[in-house]
Amino acid sequence: MSGTTTSEVKFSELEKKIKRENWRRIWFRFKKSKLSVIGLSMILILLFMAVFAEYIAPYPSHAGLYIAFKNAYKPPSLEHILGTDMYGRDVFSRIIFGFRYAFMMIGLVLSIVVPTGVILGLIAGYYRGTFIETVIVRLSDIFISLPPLVLALSIASILEPNIFNSMLAVSLMWWPWYVKLTYSMTVSLRNEPFILAAESQGASTLHILFRELLPNELGTILTKVTLDAGWVILIGAAISFVGLGAQPPTPDLGTMVSEYSKYLPEYWWMSLGPAAGIVLIILAFNLLGDGIRDVFAGE
Amino acid sequence: MLLEINDLHVYYKSYWYILKVLNGVWLRVDKGERVGIIGESGSGKTTLLKSILKILPQNGIIPRGEIRYDGKNILKLGDNELTKIRRKEIGIIFQDPMAALNPVFTIREQLYDIIKHKMMIEGHNPSSRELHEQAVKILNDVRLPDPERVLESYPFQLSGGMRQRVMIAMALISAEKLLLADEPTTNLDVTIQDQILKLIHKLVIEKNLSTILVSHALGMVYQMTDRVFVLYAGDIMEEAGTNELFNHPKHPYTQLLISSTPRLSSVGVGEGIKGKIPDYRNPPPGCRFAPRCPYVMDKCINMKPGKIQVNKDHVVSCHLYD
Repeated sequence: MSGTTTSEVKFSELEKKIKRENWRRIWFRFKKSKLSVIGLSMILILLFMAVFAEYIAPYPSHAGLYIAFKNAYKPPSLEHILGTDMYGRDVFSRIIFGFRYAFMMIGLVLSIVVPTGVILGLIAGYYRGTFIETVIVRLSDIFISLPPLVLALSIASILEPNIFNSMLAVSLMWWPWYVKLTYSMTVSLRNEPFILAAESQGASTLHILFRELLPNELGTILTKVTLDAGWVILIGAAISFVGLGAQPPTPDLGTMVSEYSKYLPEYWWMSLGPAAGIVLIILAFNLLGDGIRDVFAGE
Repeated sequence: MLLEINDLHVYYKSYWYILKVLNGVWLRVDKGERVGIIGESGSGKTTLLKSILKILPQNGIIPRGEIRYDGKNILKLGDNELTKIRRKEIGIIFQDPMAALNPVFTIREQLYDIIKHKMMIEGHNPSSRELHEQAVKILNDVRLPDPERVLESYPFQLSGGMRQRVMIAMALISAEKLLLADEPTTNLDVTIQDQILKLIHKLVIEKNLSTILVSHALGMVYQMTDRVFVLYAGDIMEEAGTNELFNHPKHPYTQLLISSTPRLSSVGVGEGIKGKIPDYRNPPPGCRFAPRCPYVMDKCINMKPGKIQVNKDHVVSCHLYD
């Protein structure tokens, strides 16, 4: 009796050891490039700032409606690192809250777009040559044939201008790209002998889609997700910039750039801060994306 | 009779034309019998094996024919029964061991999946320890050294011979009655080929499996089978006991095929067969071998020969024996 228990313990230890080794290998490949480590730490820092904005921002109340005209138009100083805006609000505090909206945007948009696009792409690729493929692929073609920014702007302009509707608009223009990506990979993997082998062993369609095909495509999809994160921010900022996204006084980075750009060039610090914030996030995600690509390229 | 195929037609549809690949193939495999299929590349051997498991590509259609396995027509079976047969009764070893394993999973994960689903068909949900024991046992069966290490490896970390052994292990899990081997040694070097063949031979005898062995290597077919079917351009040309077929081939194609095998004892290389496999878009209406046959007659061009029983256990499809 005791013999079986020890072998069971050994067995589970072995499994744990393998998992640990796998993570170690991933980290080893990732850290080979210093830039991707920098990107990851930048994202972690920004994320930390976004989550604990109330505690980190020097003037948390300045994020929303707050007016103190006697402090307005102050250039950067020790008291206000990035100066103050036309209502006397601290720009730096507002940027930190801006990160929160930026991450919300990324999270929400990608969690709608990626699963939808990937699942539709897998199905279309697997049922190649059938009616299902035609419907899915042609529908995404229609969306892709419109210029993305124009599509997002027109959807946003139909809806009431607020931050959630702008996320919806970005999602609607984004999913076809994931369909296309997954579809093209599925079509080429579909006829690989190992898929045939799985079929000959009696594997179900679900098993083939999610256990055989998807894991082979995951590296490319994840890389695209991280690289896209920056683009989501950019498009979101563009929608906000033309006034169809988040409305003032929401401290959205794009909205802030648009609001403050009226005061250029005399009060340059106002729009420079949020613009630098946008650049920072996009840069961080692009660096991270390169690192993730390196991890998967090794296999 | 375990497997009986009658008048099987398989076509591949493409946008512009239809490729008429199999043209009324027949085949029979008794319980415990080892059957060989020989024929040159492109004559439809792999298509025949794939249609037995119904894993033809999406553009493959079966307009006519029946495949009776254990009394049931596989072509008319429901999905559930078909899955059961695929998971438990018929296993297939593929041609290319380099590509037939999923590159992103370890051997352990792939073996576990197969064992688990087979056991679930039997109404038993195995624990991870049972799975481990089964996996190690099956790898020992195919004489893989150090199964524990093999289990943790990804396919690219194994050599060709080892991968082929893993493939055989996987096929054996789901082959309780019939094993299909599709040129199992094509991509391996000669010494490994020999080992793999001996292994398959031994396992087949140990487990009393029926086998269909598809191969170009005539010597291997001669050693390992009881009966041989000669397939050319989607038609069965000749069927006979292995000894009978190799010593007294009746069909001109079989004679030429056997004589074109290079031998160490002879000087130079054999003559070969002139011409090539016909265009499947527009195959010859009569005997498909007619355009290449040295004994071609007028009726060969337009009339497909029937099955002619030349003696007990020897059937040939040729107008020469009418």
